[in-house]
Amino acid sequence: MIRILFFGALRERLQQDSMNLPLTTSCSVEDLQHKLCAHSPAFAESFTSANLLCAVNQKLTKKDQMIQSGDEVAFFPPVTGG
Amino acid sequence: MTKEQSSAITVKVQTEDFSQDLIYKQLASTPYCGAIVTFVGLVRDHPELELKALELEHYPGMTERCLFSIAEQAIQRFSLKAVQIVHRVGYLTPEQQIVVVGVAAGHRSEAFAGAEFFMDYLKNQVPIWKKQHDKSGTLWVEAKTSDQQQYDRWSKC
Repeated sequence: MIRILFFGALRERLQQDSMNLPLTTSCSVEDLQHKLCAHSPAFAESFTSANLLCAVNQKLTKKDQMIQSGDEVAFFPPVTGG
Repeated sequence: MTKEQSSAITVKVQTEDFSQDLIYKQLASTPYCGAIVTFVGLVRDHPELELKALELEHYPGMTERCLFSIAEQAIQRFSLKAVQIVHRVGYLTPEQQIVVVGVAAGHRSEAFAGAEFFMDYLKNQVPIWKKQHDKSGTLWVEAKTSDQQQYDRWSKC
């Protein structure tokens, strides 16, 4: 099982801030994005965007980063703090 | 709200306002410090916008970790003696304070560079998002190319 979090405009578009997903074998961030696309049309539209950032266990990562069961994965738009 | 601390670094993410003066006074007591730079970012209105507020959302936990990591990098790179940062989240109206970063160093050039480095990294790396509330409704603020360029130049020098 992995915990997936969504923030900002993405959270609003998906109308949810988190979800749990069973994960039997490890996969890459990119693989996970493909899986999420199948969830709903709103997910498909959001997760095909190249402009999303991803953090695994609270560290910014690239799309080839591998995800294991128990990880916390977050997707969000480019940041605008400060 | 939340706080991460080492002897030289203080990180706070909170809804409450902060005192730049208090941060200055704490930094001024840093041993062997000869220069302090503090930067404060405010909610800025624009004549055409009639901004009502900025709503700041963050990723709890990762935000504090990122701010702490940037402070560590700034200390390493510019030989800073101390860094203090407070970032507010929640609903903030025009002219309210959003963020303060204060750095203490031996000399002014390190202090100026350290504070600028910190803010450029913060704007590109720290998981915080702004939603604008104005006369025409609400809108998520888009990341700026100029902020990316400011960030990129640190890897070239």
